[in-house]
Amino acid sequence: MLQDLDAILLARIQFAFTVSFHFFFPAFSIGLASYLAVLEGLWLKTGEQRYHDLFKYWLKIFAVTFAMGVVSGIVLSYQFGTNWAVFSDRAGPVIGPLMAYEVLTAFFLEAGFLGVMLFGMEKVGRKLHFAATCMVALGTFVSAFWILSVNSWMQTPTGFVMGANGQFLPGESWWDIVFNPSFPYRLVHTVIAAYLTTAFVVGGVGAWHLLKDRTNPHARTMFSMAMWMAAIVAPVQILAGDLHGLNTLEHQPAKIMAMEGHFESHPNGAPLILFGIPDSEEETVHYAVEIPKASSLILKHDPDAPLAGLDTIPKENRPPVEVVFWSFRVMVAIGLAMLGIGMWSLLARARRKLYDWRWLHRAALVMGPSGFAAVLAGWITTEVGRQPWTIYGLLRTADSASPLDAPAVATSLVAFVIVYFAVFGAGTWYILRLMSKSPMPGERGVKHGEKGPIRTSGITPGPTQNPGRRETIPDGEDEA
Amino acid sequence: MIDLSLVWAFIIAFAVFAYVVMDGFDLGIGILFPSFGVGEERDSAMNSIAPVWDGNETWLVLGGGGLMAAFPLAYAIVLPATYPLIIAMLLGLVFRGVAFEFRWRDPGHRALWDLAFTAGSFVAALTQGMVLGALLQGIEVADRAYAGSWWDWLTPYTLLTGLGTVAGYALLGSTWLIWKLEGPAQDHARRMAFRAAIATLALLVAVSLYTVFLGGQYFDRWFSMPSVLFAANVPLLTAIIAFLLFRGLAKGGEAAPFWLSLALFFLGMAGLGVSMFPYIVPDQVTIWDAAAPESSQIFMLIGVGITMPLILAYTGWAYWVFRGKVGHEGYH
Repeated sequence: MLQDLDAILLARIQFAFTVSFHFFFPAFSIGLASYLAVLEGLWLKTGEQRYHDLFKYWLKIFAVTFAMGVVSGIVLSYQFGTNWAVFSDRAGPVIGPLMAYEVLTAFFLEAGFLGVMLFGMEKVGRKLHFAATCMVALGTFVSAFWILSVNSWMQTPTGFVMGANGQFLPGESWWDIVFNPSFPYRLVHTVIAAYLTTAFVVGGVGAWHLLKDRTNPHARTMFSMAMWMAAIVAPVQILAGDLHGLNTLEHQPAKIMAMEGHFESHPNGAPLILFGIPDSEEETVHYAVEIPKASSLILKHDPDAPLAGLDTIPKENRPPVEVVFWSFRVMVAIGLAMLGIGMWSLLARARRKLYDWRWLHRAALVMGPSGFAAVLAGWITTEVGRQPWTIYGLLRTADSASPLDAPAVATSLVAFVIVYFAVFGAGTWYILRLMSKSPMPGERGVKHGEKGPIRTSGITPGPTQNPGRRETIPDGEDEA
Repeated sequence: MIDLSLVWAFIIAFAVFAYVVMDGFDLGIGILFPSFGVGEERDSAMNSIAPVWDGNETWLVLGGGGLMAAFPLAYAIVLPATYPLIIAMLLGLVFRGVAFEFRWRDPGHRALWDLAFTAGSFVAALTQGMVLGALLQGIEVADRAYAGSWWDWLTPYTLLTGLGTVAGYALLGSTWLIWKLEGPAQDHARRMAFRAAIATLALLVAVSLYTVFLGGQYFDRWFSMPSVLFAANVPLLTAIIAFLLFRGLAKGGEAAPFWLSLALFFLGMAGLGVSMFPYIVPDQVTIWDAAAPESSQIFMLIGVGITMPLILAYTGWAYWVFRGKVGHEGYH
């Protein structure tokens, strides 16, 4: 069966699979690294033990997440060459340097300070340790900066000239390449998404432990912090998403047409299709539930503004409408649900019932993994929506691939699927198991074996592992 | 005028060398892992690299990302040519990398993750060596793209280079552990280092002779005047370093065997330079053919100039923080 599929489709499936799997980890670790910096900062400032306990608790989860993010990310940095060699050769002079900057300014920063962050508290002291945590958090953000610049350039390419050998070459200014038109919007929207994803994971874990014991002080702190994030950041994200959409309308109108399900042009105001079954063959949306003129109102701020439809785009340049239409609605629905949780928590807080309303806790628990679904749906929207191009309007996906035989790509795809589900499935299981235990007073950090992670001779033991701890727990109460 | 392509060839070579020696000892520990006793020995061996392995592996990303940025054509030719090897290496690194965390999180399956650690390290080392072999034995190129079949990389020569790399990494790993461990575990590491050193040198000689007789080009580069005057130093120095290494191992040296093993790798890299320069894909694509435009090279060079000293400084600091023996005291 696999021999019948063409190599390019297989390569696309492989890239979609590996990049989707990978993105789960940074979507979580970008936010979690910042959360850890906040927790450690609060601990240093207030001296309150609960912040330190929570820091240690989430640090263990961060270590597992980060390891999976690293190994799945290396796959991507080589997959451009293995599977998309023509793209790499032609776009390399422009995007290669941006990716090199990502390695130089972000990956080394994260990796260099991670060891100290995980194992070095008693070796370097609190302040230097806090600095290391901040460097790791900064690294995750800088990494997002560069890689989103690359992605945005592929979506809205600017600042280049075409070389005689078919390569895209940098033009006058690198500024035009790095800060291409869709980059600021994509950066803001994606980084906020990562923060929201983390907030809902933390909130879900807090809710889980509140449901078991509503007096649990650690669960209360986590839940309260997460709900503040949800209440404040979810509305900001919806606004950022709206601005990103307007930017897309300007630069990639076909993507918006697919998201909206607008097969036909509407000269007198376009309706907002809430639901329906898009059908590319018949170029219509069956059973459409619409609000007249609302799409023009949202996108043009004028109910009667004309909006072009996919009938203005040649068929060979249209994205697959069915996928984009649905992935967009999934993302928006989750975003609205996040907003709902945020508002609900504000109400509960105002009534001083934040730790008592069981249904709020149940809803927050259900919404725990919602951020991952939302970012995945969002990326599907933007990536499928820019098809059939790798470099928008200039280089087709079909012309970007490596000269590989289908069986070679099929084999590697099968290998990736098996290994990723087995390895990252196990890792996710370990993370869930860590989350299922409540943070304890005197929580221990990333502890590798009975002998401690690493110890140098000639240096007397530093401060105890949990300086300032007031209570102790019996041995064996901790994680393995 | 400075030849930026030449500068970038040295930067990429430096990144590859940094990767090979730094992740080399990580992978070598993985390869030798089953020979260490379950419990304290294995835990200490892994803990000796736990804080630094991630940074070490980042040099591989710089090597790959830097190649794409500075020599996109070479990146676009070599990776499809060695496709199954690269995929196998990446999957090996997946298993190796997660094992660092997973073996502590799941004691019930520790044996399984220890196996993943070893198998992943072995596969990554073997495939890295085979990629080098596939590059040296020649890659078919037509019209800016790889033109061979997807099994061209599998030959006796590439198997030899692959095994040579496994042995070399085992040497780096065992000498690193001599430095970081104490007592019986250190004695064991020393015994393994002897064996690894013998295997490494035997395979190094075999690969070198095989390479020289692969095709006329390599023979000429090594034995024609005037390059022979420089080239001849490489085997000569290798022999001296090898002698010092065995003496260091026999006399109970602590850090010296590791540094001498590094020197061996450096000479291997120099030998590689003699064989390949100025080609990046032997006899097909020179560094100037593959080079990115000057604007890309300058833009990145600014980045390297600013960040590399910082990277080396904080990486050095991280090693310094975790310096000395991996001891046995627990937390109290």
